Amino acid sequence: MGGARTQGAPDGTRMSGSDSDALRPVSVRLERCGKTFADGTKALEPLDLEIAAGETAVFLGPSGCGKTTTLRLIAGLEMPDPGGRVLFDGVDVTALPVEKRNVGLVFQSYALFPNMDVRGNVAYGLRVRGMAKPEREKRVDEMLAMMRIEALAHRRIDQLSGGQRQRVALARALAVRPRALLLDEPLTALDAKLRDALRVEIDALLRRLGITAIYVTHDQAEAMALGDRIVVMEHGRVAQAGTPREIYQAPATRFVAEFIGTMNRLAGRAEAGRFVTAAGAIPWPEAPAGAREILFRPEAVRLSADGETPHLAGAVISAFFMGDHTRLFVAAGEGAPLVVEAAARRHFARGDRVGLVVDPAGLLTLKDSA
Amino acid sequence: MRKRGGLFWFQLGFTLLIVSFLIVPVILSMLAGLTVNYQSGLESGLTFRWVAAVWEGYRQTIFLSIGLALASLAATLVLGVPAAYVLARARGGWARAIEELLVMPVAVPGLATALALIVAYGTWGGFRTSWTFILVGHVLFTLPFMVRSVLAVMHAIDLKTLEEGAASLGASFGQRFFQVILPNCRSGILAGALMVVTLSMGEFNMTWLLHTPLTKTLPVGLADAYASLRLEIGSAYTLVFFVMIVPLLVAIQWAAREPRARRTERA
Repeated sequence: MGGARTQGAPDGTRMSGSDSDALRPVSVRLERCGKTFADGTKALEPLDLEIAAGETAVFLGPSGCGKTTTLRLIAGLEMPDPGGRVLFDGVDVTALPVEKRNVGLVFQSYALFPNMDVRGNVAYGLRVRGMAKPEREKRVDEMLAMMRIEALAHRRIDQLSGGQRQRVALARALAVRPRALLLDEPLTALDAKLRDALRVEIDALLRRLGITAIYVTHDQAEAMALGDRIVVMEHGRVAQAGTPREIYQAPATRFVAEFIGTMNRLAGRAEAGRFVTAAGAIPWPEAPAGAREILFRPEAVRLSADGETPHLAGAVISAFFMGDHTRLFVAAGEGAPLVVEAAARRHFARGDRVGLVVDPAGLLTLKDSA
Repeated sequence: MRKRGGLFWFQLGFTLLIVSFLIVPVILSMLAGLTVNYQSGLESGLTFRWVAAVWEGYRQTIFLSIGLALASLAATLVLGVPAAYVLARARGGWARAIEELLVMPVAVPGLATALALIVAYGTWGGFRTSWTFILVGHVLFTLPFMVRSVLAVMHAIDLKTLEEGAASLGASFGQRFFQVILPNCRSGILAGALMVVTLSMGEFNMTWLLHTPLTKTLPVGLADAYASLRLEIGSAYTLVFFVMIVPLLVAIQWAAREPRARRTERA
């Protein structure tokens, strides 16, 4: 599924001319890659994973889930436990140290060299490769133009804002034409507005370059926006891997369901084409026999219209006016309150009785609760 | 401008008082080295006679001290900077233990360190009488200052990530060390160098035990002059010491500031 984005994107023209053959993305495969640290901590259970050439894969999970360790294994900054292998385009690179793997790395803390100016940073990888000066200068100019930081070329690093620093870091990583670009929480240190702007820019950049990219984040919105495929990780294991749509609409585990987006839960039992809860019954022809819990997103539930028979009855606990809609927390049955989105124009007060209608197409059950 | 209150003037006066308490003896001592007869005071006139006498009698000690300071600097750079790097990159508790151990020669009285050196190596004839014997003592004493100041900078700059960034761009260990790590530790290295040179120049405790009549350093010569010659000569010696050490301090401070003023022209 990987290359699909590059080819399908409206502006999906790869870098033209001589650039296209220099920037040949690789596929990345991990085979039985586990990682145990020297102090005995098991950061990663043996893991198999394939990332297609040109694909953007996002490793998503809470801190300590093993996502950064996986990235570092691919980069060559960590060695997998014996038996694990890292392959680029089918070639075993496990024994190659990071400086021989030709991967671009972008860090949360930027890791720019304070002893060099912006140009010096972008040129560094080309300099250590011994590229001749005229060619190097040309490439640096291209990179500065691509990241729109020409005006900063002679600035010192400590004169740059966070967003500018991350642009320089991207230009520096891409200047050497890496076989894959690895980004470790690149936007986490930025404020929200800048984060959104740079996210859009990174997305456009990855599409345009068609480079294999691996992006680590704990932010699910970032993961949904950027990933061709999201790999959700928990406790050193892959909880689920799939497109953002699959992950959102058909979470495989409770952890995935609750980590991505907002998920409502109701306990009850399936009987005769309905799911019966303490707050009412939801008509559900395909209800799996024996289901004891259902999950649904806020967009699968709405307030009942006048004269309509509601499926569930509840009381408003709190209401948050969000501008375009009002987000309600409704107590219905036992368990956590349900999150419901209502029209912005109506005013709600605590304790208001409301009726809810649930779209059966949006109902999910998990294997462990079925 | 804001009007200054009484407290400001009080604090200023107090500061000046303290400063003069510290500075006056220095000035008096230097003046003593330039007066014809200290007993009769400045009225007896000013002269360079005593300075010339110091130059005649103690020239060797000055050269030896400069040589020792530079040799100590070279040794602490070669030993201390890589040591600081290893300690900064190491995660284990042993690294912290070594950091503490390194400070031992500073905490232990110099006389004790010197005695230990004499007991251990005093019988190695050629070594005992050579200036390198004193050098060993000075390196022991100054090394912790170099390691500590470089280490402090290394801890402050997220060395690990910088190095990983450079490595991902294809830089070998040598390239990373000399092009990224060392330049970014410059301020710590310069601060350490300043400490090492000045401490080595002024070291007396240890050197007093380690020296031989042919390997007298400047401070040992100074003690000699005060003990056995006219007060004016001792004071002139102090003056010579100042004239040497102050430009050195200024030069190193200037060198430490330089990268701010200079633009990085590489790339």
